[in-house]
Amino acid sequence: MDVRVQSDPFDYGAESARFAQGDGETGAVVTFLGLVRGTGGLSRMEIEHYPGMTERALAKIADDAGARWPLSDVLIIHRFGTLLPGEPIMMVATASRHRQAAFEAAEFLMDYLKSRAPFWKKEFGPDGAEWVAARDDDETALRRW
Amino acid sequence: MIDVLYFAWVRERIGLPRERIETRAATVADLVAELKAREERYAAAFADTRALRVALDQELSDFSAPLAGVREVAFFPPMTGG
Repeated sequence: MDVRVQSDPFDYGAESARFAQGDGETGAVVTFLGLVRGTGGLSRMEIEHYPGMTERALAKIADDAGARWPLSDVLIIHRFGTLLPGEPIMMVATASRHRQAAFEAAEFLMDYLKSRAPFWKKEFGPDGAEWVAARDDDETALRRW
Repeated sequence: MIDVLYFAWVRERIGLPRERIETRAATVADLVAELKAREERYAAAFADTRALRVALDQELSDFSAPLAGVREVAFFPPMTGG
């Protein structure tokens, strides 16, 4: 299990390739990449986080996924600081013997990352800056697990 | 003494990221009442606690939770990760 919180960009291709190196038992790898959208003339995004709690929360989410599905590995990378449209925000990767566990665990990680990891996004556009509001859907999404 | 941290618009409204507070508040709600009574900027930030989340020693908690033994309290809006 690998959890990283960083301001620097990451190389999704290189991270995915490294993660996907099979151990002979793993039969399925699922990866997800989140990118900054430039919708509405967004010029940049600033992500604030809670150092210390962030790492703990992400490790717990990864542990919870590992307790629910037979995962051979989990990777979470989440950035903070200033991000420009088109840049990667975060990625998750899951590895398991079979695809269903890998897919479900990746969705679980994403759902929990959205509303249980202490990150806050602020968008800067033509009309100024605005904090991104949490969506009711994000909370609803947790109920399926 | 307790460390109180603020994030996102809560931090902006109060105007500082963290402070050390001398308090005898028994619960988070009591601490919020103390802060609101201090100054208008606190009253504005804590006007609707339903719009806020609280963490005690870096674990999500709630406003009725006791503060005994807690070293760090953090207030912030609902999280928007991912």
